Amino acid sequence: MDAISVNKISKSYGTVRALQEVSFEVQKGELFGIIGPDGAGKTTLFRILTTLMLPDLGTATVNGLDVVTDYKEIRRQVGYMPGRFSLYQDMTVEENLTFFATLFGTTVRENYDLVKDIYQPLEKFKTRRAGKLSGGMKQKLALSCALIHKPSVLFLDEPTTGVDPVSRRDFWEMLQRLKKQGITIVVSTPYMDEAVLCDRIALIREGQFMGIETPQEIVNSYQERLWAVHSNKMSSLLAELRTFKGIQSCFSFGDVLHVTVIDDQLSPASLKCFLVKEGHADVEVYPIQATIEDCYMLLAK
Amino acid sequence: MDNIVIETNLLTKRFGNFTAVDKISFQVTKGEIFGFLGANGAGKTTAMRMLCGLSIPTSGSGTVAGYDIARQSEMVKRNIGYMSQKFSLYEDLKVWENIRLYGGIYGLSEKAIAEKTDRLLQTLNFENERNTMVKSLPLGWKQKLAFSVAIFHEPKIVFLDEPTGGVDPVTRRQFWELIYQASDRGITVFVTTHYMDEAEYCHRVSIMVDGRIEALDTPKNLKLHYGVKNMQEVFYHLAQTAKRGD
Amino acid sequence: MLILFGMPIVQIILFGFAVTTEVQNIRLAVLDSSNDQATTEIVHELKANPYFGSVMYVHTTEEINKTFLENKADIVLTFEENFQQNLLHTGSASIQLLVDGTDPNMCKILVGYVTNILAVYQQKYATSENTTIQINPHVKMLYNPQTKSAYNFVPGVMGLILMLICAMMTSISIVREKETGTMEVLLVSPIKPLYIVFAKMVPYFVLSCVNLATILLLSVYVLGVPMSGNLGLLVAISMLFILVALSIGLLISTVVDTQVAAMLVSGMILMMPVILLSGMIYTIESMPVPLQYASHIIPAKWYILCVKKVMIEGLGIHAVYHEVIILFIMAFVLLTISIKLFKDRLQ
Repeated sequence: MDAISVNKISKSYGTVRALQEVSFEVQKGELFGIIGPDGAGKTTLFRILTTLMLPDLGTATVNGLDVVTDYKEIRRQVGYMPGRFSLYQDMTVEENLTFFATLFGTTVRENYDLVKDIYQPLEKFKTRRAGKLSGGMKQKLALSCALIHKPSVLFLDEPTTGVDPVSRRDFWEMLQRLKKQGITIVVSTPYMDEAVLCDRIALIREGQFMGIETPQEIVNSYQERLWAVHSNKMSSLLAELRTFKGIQSCFSFGDVLHVTVIDDQLSPASLKCFLVKEGHADVEVYPIQATIEDCYMLLAK
Repeated sequence: MDNIVIETNLLTKRFGNFTAVDKISFQVTKGEIFGFLGANGAGKTTAMRMLCGLSIPTSGSGTVAGYDIARQSEMVKRNIGYMSQKFSLYEDLKVWENIRLYGGIYGLSEKAIAEKTDRLLQTLNFENERNTMVKSLPLGWKQKLAFSVAIFHEPKIVFLDEPTGGVDPVTRRQFWELIYQASDRGITVFVTTHYMDEAEYCHRVSIMVDGRIEALDTPKNLKLHYGVKNMQEVFYHLAQTAKRGD
Repeated sequence: MLILFGMPIVQIILFGFAVTTEVQNIRLAVLDSSNDQATTEIVHELKANPYFGSVMYVHTTEEINKTFLENKADIVLTFEENFQQNLLHTGSASIQLLVDGTDPNMCKILVGYVTNILAVYQQKYATSENTTIQINPHVKMLYNPQTKSAYNFVPGVMGLILMLICAMMTSISIVREKETGTMEVLLVSPIKPLYIVFAKMVPYFVLSCVNLATILLLSVYVLGVPMSGNLGLLVAISMLFILVALSIGLLISTVVDTQVAAMLVSGMILMMPVILLSGMIYTIESMPVPLQYASHIIPAKWYILCVKKVMIEGLGIHAVYHEVIILFIMAFVLLTISIKLFKDRLQ
């Protein structure tokens, strides 16, 4: 049995269609990523799966339980970390954890093993108020609170938004460890680079899924010819390549430009030659493997 | 050197016995895109507040657009633009009303506002959205509009606090293209971000750790110096040395 | 928007009508032991006055007390025996004016009206009969012999403070959780919404009880308001009222989404009507009839009545059972509605 099964879920707010016939399955123990920008419908999907909202159309089950009719039982079995840090800001770190344990009818001691790794760095601040913690620390505490009742499915809505790269990396390492303990994790993020850390991902845009596959499959399915281009004058390079015949799109990716080439006659060497003639120096042109972000941008077109 | 638009000298801010910003000194020149990076809690926000004239330094000094940040904060404010991820525009106003409002705040004439509004909407490809309520725009569009509004009065410097958080990849790049255009016009861009690929787009980058600037150079030199492939690794390398447990 | 434009209209109307210091529709009771021409004429004069509404006759001193207890009269006139005889023979006679002193403002006004009318009658009598007479009104304030205003405002303040603290604080505390997002997590937990509701209400219930104790202690020991009735009864009624207020707070929290809105709504729809229509400052009896009806739905009105009766007039449960039942019904209805409306989903 799948941990989560979603069948043609739709949800609208007035005229805004937040979700349009979304379907997918998540297996037990899977780390499933939902990748897309703000406003794509990620939060709505999480709220439906955590029984906080009713879908307009379609059905969904979590652990085989229907999100509409069996919502009370689902609430017992899942952990949820909403997008905003939903901790009690004026309670201390320790009080927050104890409070959430009590809420689920358990104790911190009973399930301490599960949160130990995550909570330990916070122990020394346990008398500090949650509101005084920094972003990374709050995030760890919120995760501990969502885990304290030993949920079998964990929903994390944009846990890494606004968090610096180091804390983000730590956070993903924690998720990998939780996965090893058999917990099913559904996580959403606007950061494309985090997609590769998931077992499977769904790319979401304007309420619709554009593809559900492993990150590798998504990258492999990228059919375009993709090159990286670099020169000493990046901003004029961008403008020139945009108007260059035979190049379909051109976007900045860190210190290089990613261009998709539709002209079969064009080779990296000939493009380089052309650019040097145009007055660019330090020109480099080489074929590259697409990233998830390239795939997203292609699919989003 | 009148090309320098931001200069700080041992700028420090303490809250009680906690030193949020610890003797930072740097210079930013006209038209430069300056990336201001650091982990959460490293002191970026505090430093940025001081530079915008919103918070008085405990010690040290700084000038922005030629004005002292402690004593001439009113003049500083007049010469800068500011936008952040959270506060950007009035959601209940239409696109043109937002532009009109900001133009009015900075004392531009009715005629200048009208002309510039047309040009701005044209550059953004927003002509059809002139009468749209801001709240019904997608986030990425809002952020592009917010940026254009922040530089509407042609400030010398614009401060951007995580402007692209949560914005989709295509719009995020369009946003950076706007930044480049502003920089070409001579506007200095001072930007914080958590996207490390965006750090690569900056002319120079500083990385703050525990209230101090641990590294400041071009992305290329930083990568060379630490012998790594990308800015992400430069960041890991430096931010890991943080002692301050947030 | 509705609040912005609606408020001035409501306030103007309320203030315009309710906030007159005039007392109208005065209910007069008369104990006429002599029942002669002079007393009939005086009663007639009073009846003819536009400020006076109804006149009823009582026949024994016990009945006087009863009319006050049952709140059937605002002022009782007692003519001494052989009123006219005394006037004719001695040139002077006396009238006793009995008023309910718990509302000193109203007392003064009532007494003023009556003495004025008496003076006019004296004048008339003097011109027609060509002799001067002297009618001596003896004013007796029941329940508040020194006409201390504290007697009036203490019950009012109790009603106001308890209502505001309970209703406003409960609504804000629930709405705050909606705003910060903690409500999302609470709802996703298996805890029953009913528990959330009670967990929110209990602290403010306790807090309000402390407040109640403070107000009572201050009123009795600092302001010198007597604690004439049964303290236990007063506390019990107060707790009932607190429950009503908590339910209102809960109801507000289920319909608004931001703390600011909760503040506004509780401030606007609780504070203003409580001040204006509860009888705390302005006498309900002298308001236009529609406003009198409107005042019936203000829980504080009933509570303040109870406090006056129990605390100051020293009456027992039999005197207030009517009010208590109303408060009970209000508590029950409000609590049921708000628990029903409390959503266990976002939407």
